[in-house]
Amino acid sequence: MKIDARGEQCPIPVVKAKEAIKQLGGNGQVEVLVDNEIAVQNLLKMAGQKNYAATEEKLGESDFKIVFTVGDIDGKKEDIVTDFFVADHIDRGLLVAISADTMGTGDESLGKVLLKGFIYALAKADALPASILFYNRGAFMTALASDSLEDLKELEMAGVEILTCGTCLNHYGLTEHLAVGSVTNMYTIVEKMTAAAKVIKP
Amino acid sequence: MQSSAKDILFCKSGGCSAKLGAGLLRHVLEKLPKVEDKNLLVGFSGSDDAAVYQLSEDLAIVQTLDFFPPMVTDPYIFGQIAAANALSDIYAMGGEVKTALNIVCFPEKMDLNILGTILLGGSDKIHEAGGVVAGGHSIADEGIKYGLSVTGTIHPQKILKNNACKPGDVLILTKPLGVGIVTTANRVGQASTRAMDKAIESMTTLNKYAAEALRKYDVHACTDVTGFGFLGHLSEMIADTCSAVIYYDKIPYIEEAYIYAEEFLLTGAGQKNRNFLGEKVQFDEVPFPYEEILFDPQTSGGLLAAIDSKDAPDALKQIQALGLSCAIVGEIKEQAEIKIQVKKSDEEIER
Repeated sequence: MKIDARGEQCPIPVVKAKEAIKQLGGNGQVEVLVDNEIAVQNLLKMAGQKNYAATEEKLGESDFKIVFTVGDIDGKKEDIVTDFFVADHIDRGLLVAISADTMGTGDESLGKVLLKGFIYALAKADALPASILFYNRGAFMTALASDSLEDLKELEMAGVEILTCGTCLNHYGLTEHLAVGSVTNMYTIVEKMTAAAKVIKP
Repeated sequence: MQSSAKDILFCKSGGCSAKLGAGLLRHVLEKLPKVEDKNLLVGFSGSDDAAVYQLSEDLAIVQTLDFFPPMVTDPYIFGQIAAANALSDIYAMGGEVKTALNIVCFPEKMDLNILGTILLGGSDKIHEAGGVVAGGHSIADEGIKYGLSVTGTIHPQKILKNNACKPGDVLILTKPLGVGIVTTANRVGQASTRAMDKAIESMTTLNKYAAEALRKYDVHACTDVTGFGFLGHLSEMIADTCSAVIYYDKIPYIEEAYIYAEEFLLTGAGQKNRNFLGEKVQFDEVPFPYEEILFDPQTSGGLLAAIDSKDAPDALKQIQALGLSCAIVGEIKEQAEIKIQVKKSDEEIER
């Protein structure tokens, strides 16, 4: 992805670079052109803090190119990417509890569409929850054949803890089919819920 | 929607962020011929806040000038901030405000009511300071810039120099840091109203009251924190004679500035300040946003005073009563290789 931020003053080049990196949604490269040394330094400062690899090239008197490499093209630095997202977007006090495979009461197929939409929107939200708990029929959301696996994996990549009630998986015969996150028990569920500043239950 | 002052006033880099870098400036100033005048008690050689010229045995004038592009969209508030900022240098020297002259750059095609509102904001603050607006000068220019040249009086023996601190002194900062970061975040539409309100409250508050509170105590050195950021102005204060230890966890700042710094909503000027100070500052495990807050260029920032340690707790109480967040943020030490050390406070310093 290429960004031309020449003629823009700080913090615009950094803001544009951040947007581009966000749009990458994972590994990849972002190239940013700027016209002054200070903007170069502010971009490199961000790269340093976020653990992105960055190269700097002076193209002319007031012409600089910075290339950010997010993660590694072959995926080696994935951990670092995860770390970065953890620090950036997680609201530590926020917990989401999903107790069904539908959202709201009423038509079941509508409820399923709504919950899928909810998880999708959650994955795109600016502030992500620290954890998402799945229990009772919520366990279907983290198991194979769930329509939300991709979004949940994205959330997990971003540092959100995905926990599904073991008793529930067992009850619905899903124990072997858990496809994202890990198994948890009632003690952890109680602990997480009581410790949270805010619990969202769609 | 009508194009309002909101759209027009926005500029690329407002307030003290628009200052030339300290390094750049020093380079130029050093080359100017130095003219001796025994009555010029404080000139720019000591990088002090304002010039002081002695007129008689017990009377000197303090002069200062400050102007910049807008950093807020409301013209009245911008006028107030520009005036509070210009007046601040007089207070940092320990002087009393007398007269002020407006300095105006304004696009000819723009609605003159906007200019009127800016000037009203400025004159209201000058009145609050006990001074009078005596005139001014305007230039037709592409963008808006406004500020004032302020003249005050002072007793020649009671000048608060910015670099006469002594080892053992305690440092008091009278306003929260972070207004540069908050106004920058606002420029890209990412600052909350609450954060901007706090920044505006701080920027429009005259340093008059903090200066009056400090006057009762044994203040050795005083400066106001503006474009060169907290660390830049501190560096001028300790000059070549002292060093300082700063406790980052004691620094008063606008909370949101921390979050915006984490989001890299940073000014170019803050980075220039970082470059200028370079090796002079050592950060001991200081979280990145604090570093940025300490380098953040302030518009109409607070006073930074080096005060006798026995007076510090009382002085702080008086300044706290004025309402803005303020704190004892560090200490002056003997001359050392590291000019400024920033670390976590290991013990509860008196506050």
